[in-house]
Amino acid sequence: MAGTAVLGRLTWLAAEIVGSVDETARVRTLLLEADGWEGHRAGQHLDVRLTADDGYQAERSYSIASAPGEQLTITVEQLPNGEVSPWLVEVAGDGDRFELRGPIGGYFVWEDDGRPVLLIGGGSGVVPLMSMIRSASGSARMRLLYSSRTLDDVIYREELMERDGNGVEVVYTLTRAQPPGWTGYSRRIDIDLLRQVAWPASDQPHVFICGSTRFVDAAADGLVALGYPPRSIRTERFGATG
Amino acid sequence: MPLISRGFQGRGREGPADRIPPGQHLVDDFPVLSAGPTPHTPLEEWTFTIEGGAEPVRWTWDEFQALPSDGVTVDIHCVTKWSKLDTFWEGVSVDTLLEHVDYDSEYLLAYSDGGYTTNLPLEHVTDGKAWVAYSYGGEPLEPEHGGPARLLVPHLYFWKSAKWVRGLRLRDEDGPGFWESNGYHILGDPWLEQRYWGD
Repeated sequence: MAGTAVLGRLTWLAAEIVGSVDETARVRTLLLEADGWEGHRAGQHLDVRLTADDGYQAERSYSIASAPGEQLTITVEQLPNGEVSPWLVEVAGDGDRFELRGPIGGYFVWEDDGRPVLLIGGGSGVVPLMSMIRSASGSARMRLLYSSRTLDDVIYREELMERDGNGVEVVYTLTRAQPPGWTGYSRRIDIDLLRQVAWPASDQPHVFICGSTRFVDAAADGLVALGYPPRSIRTERFGATG
Repeated sequence: MPLISRGFQGRGREGPADRIPPGQHLVDDFPVLSAGPTPHTPLEEWTFTIEGGAEPVRWTWDEFQALPSDGVTVDIHCVTKWSKLDTFWEGVSVDTLLEHVDYDSEYLLAYSDGGYTTNLPLEHVTDGKAWVAYSYGGEPLEPEHGGPARLLVPHLYFWKSAKWVRGLRLRDEDGPGFWESNGYHILGDPWLEQRYWGD
């Protein structure tokens, strides 16, 4: 695959937290400085390594939220019983440091070739899709279908409101509770919802789906049933990896 | 000297250290990793083929089920950092399959429904190191975990255990498969932490 092939070893870099944004009660964006970081493509992730003072280490992967060329950010959801995510979301502050390496992944990556782009995110699965939205020049037709439990769980809420209609159309579904007067969808993604939101398969969109396994399977199976070629659908599934 | 992250305790140090490779942590559930939609090939259309030998050898689903099978309990390690201990699988060993093939190759490319491929040296799938598994935990293998059948190469990162596998292409030279072309290591030994290119 073309692009920024990294043939050398991905070495661990020292990263410093230089700012943070609380996106929801359990989700936080960290702004990072990492000397030696050579950039990424929209959709890629990186590995985080934390070391305790007794030498114990833990590693996890997180999607990159920033657009290529902008300040590096990751957005992390704190998982119940998580090991690394609670430190990143609740403990760490500006000036704290950890190690990272990347970028990783050469497949769940978007590069604008003029074809329409359908992004489907469930919960924190919106994070790598946000990197794509932020990197769009406005020339591509891009649509985000974003499923959250409640309005309070919507990550990047204000930024998505600002961007909606400016380079990306945003369609929401709230699966658990909806505020009064809600005009978006109110159910889990199914084939009828996809039929209304997705472009016809004949438009040959690129599709990126990210979320839990169940979410990804529902969305991908629905699009296949609507005639989307399986190979046009790229998926990233979040296991419970804390 | 690794960089210490202030206030990080870690919940780990769990499980037997000699069974958890570096950078991995234990899970109880069975997370799923795949690059695209889950294929659903009907069993009556399913075949398994080994090509690249003197002539191709092909089994139907029923013929494959009739081959001698093994039950194996193994630890598995996903490159996304989770490990799962004592997983129980049933299937046909690659050794058993290769008894039906006249070949003189040192490498193979496993290929799957959905277009997925992964490369392996023969020495990493012979002598009791690999199976084509159709049962997990005593039940038929579910599609999301690679059913009806997946490769099982437990001593390498789990992407080598190709889901929805439909055949092996024997060949004289090694070359990258799907994930190996997308930044992941050509071999993928978890004990050497061979996750990505250059590791």
